Amino acid sequence: MKKRNLSDNFMKLFIILSSIITLGTMIWILIYVISNGIAHVSWEFLTEFQEGQIEGGIFPYIISTLYIIFITILIATPIGIFSAIYLVEYAKPGKIVRIIRFATESLAGIPSIVFGLFGLIFFVTMLGFRWSMLSGALTLSIMVLPTVVRTTEESLKAVPNIYREGSLGLGASKLRTIRKVILPSALPGILTAVILSIGRIIGETAAVFLTAGTAKALPKSIMDGGRTLSVHMYYLAKEGISMDKAYATATVLILVVIVINFIANKLASRLNKKNS
Amino acid sequence: MNNMKITVKDLNLYYGDFQALKNINIDIEERKITALIGPSGCGKSTFIKTLNRMNDLIEGVKIDGNVMLDGEDIYKDVDVIKLRKRVGMVFQKPNPFPMSVYDNVAYGPRSHGVKKKSILDEIVEKSLRSAAIWDEAKDRLKKNALGFSGGQQQRLCIARALAVEPEVLLMDEPTSALDPIATGRIEELTEDLKKEYTIVIVTHSMQQAGRISDKTAFFLLGDLIEMGDTKKIFSNPDDKRTEDYITGRFG
Ligand SMILES: Nc1ncnc2c1ncn2[C@@H]1O[C@H](COP(=O)(O)OP(=O)(O)OP(=O)(O)O)[C@@H](O)[C@H]1O
Ligand SMILES: [Mg+2]
Repeated sequence: MKKRNLSDNFMKLFIILSSIITLGTMIWILIYVISNGIAHVSWEFLTEFQEGQIEGGIFPYIISTLYIIFITILIATPIGIFSAIYLVEYAKPGKIVRIIRFATESLAGIPSIVFGLFGLIFFVTMLGFRWSMLSGALTLSIMVLPTVVRTTEESLKAVPNIYREGSLGLGASKLRTIRKVILPSALPGILTAVILSIGRIIGETAAVFLTAGTAKALPKSIMDGGRTLSVHMYYLAKEGISMDKAYATATVLILVVIVINFIANKLASRLNKKNS
Repeated sequence: MNNMKITVKDLNLYYGDFQALKNINIDIEERKITALIGPSGCGKSTFIKTLNRMNDLIEGVKIDGNVMLDGEDIYKDVDVIKLRKRVGMVFQKPNPFPMSVYDNVAYGPRSHGVKKKSILDEIVEKSLRSAAIWDEAKDRLKKNALGFSGGQQQRLCIARALAVEPEVLLMDEPTSALDPIATGRIEELTEDLKKEYTIVIVTHSMQQAGRISDKTAFFLLGDLIEMGDTKKIFSNPDDKRTEDYITGRFG
């Protein structure tokens, strides 16, 4: 009895300790970065920039980041969702599905620099898209595709079969069943996939600077290069240009992530409310 | 001689190598309630699903024999979408879609091309009335259907099935998830519905089969043992096994 109590207590202690370590490190990093950076975040820093001036503001990099996120999501989400629909709703379990699943899983495990190299060779050079938003977004699309497919797949599988039976039993076509019953139920999960992808895109450096370049200009079209906040930070820190600016940029990056997550969460709970 | 709505001839069904239905021959009368009874796993659900081809959804199912609806072979001559419009189904577990009550009932008609709001309104009201849930639903049409109780949900599902104006209504243990009061309401409802619809119902309750059905079919291990007037089956069955099952002496 006593022994049991002891191990119970030990377990509890361990759980609490782990939580504290996880949460603590996270909060510590956040506070450290923001406290070092926030003083250098000014209105000028956010909005001003001079062509080719690395010491100036980060406006073009914010735009490049949002630009790349937007195009990547635009490319990767539909493809990912349609693949997941195919895998869950249409494909007969068997060899092809196993191969596709194996491919997506392998793709998820490949380091991002490999995607970067591929993008550099294929999109930048072979297809002649140069260092551009497009090359970057295409490369990142391939990179986040496994996440989108897997997460969407899981949320489709979680839709109870009785909904499918109910709809088909009324004489609705399979397509209509998917569109009107299955997808709406799976939407929160699909949104999670998008959030996860955005997180990966924001955090990515290697695959981005190899394909979208490091141009310090504001991208005016999809064929222009540009640098994202992460890439910019990498340069600031690596070249020792300005640690202050690096922290300030990191602060902005963190804020962007928080805002995007906040919006996505609001959207998800909105959808959930409508659905339940 | 009564009209036969559905005629099943020499029906065999296999799940892979396992034969779940063995040479079934059944005639289902129009505007009557036919009850399917038998111990768990005897093939009742499998059989009822062959009547609107819901088995098509299951991997590895093989079917031979004929199922004739008004003289047409549903596995050969009838488009499956049109078939399911004519032969509706209510499932064991109430399965309203996670959308409003109105959208649930309008789902079927919309799937079959009805777009006009006024017509949909009419169908929704009529179906909810026929399913005896109009009074409870009329002020909650825009509310999510999952907010209903289990019994209400099941009647809503019946309304949803009626909204496509089927000729036959298949019900697989429609009251097994409901309390006695909700069950009673559904039983009363089936009495009303049989004036217009042909009903096939699977049930584990002998009392229920006795109360509501005109015909009863007894299944055992994939075989149809006996079928006939409910009165006769319950009072004077031909087969010993039917009697054992009905009197609860079945192992
Ligand atoms: N998808 C399936 N794949 C393989 N075998 C199945 C499948 N569905 C049912 N079976 C088998 O077919 C037989 C008949 O099953 P069915 O569900 O029709 O029985 P039932 O009479 O409806 O039983 P219950 O009263 O428990 O609902 C059972 O032996 C069952 O294990
Ligand atoms: Mg069953």
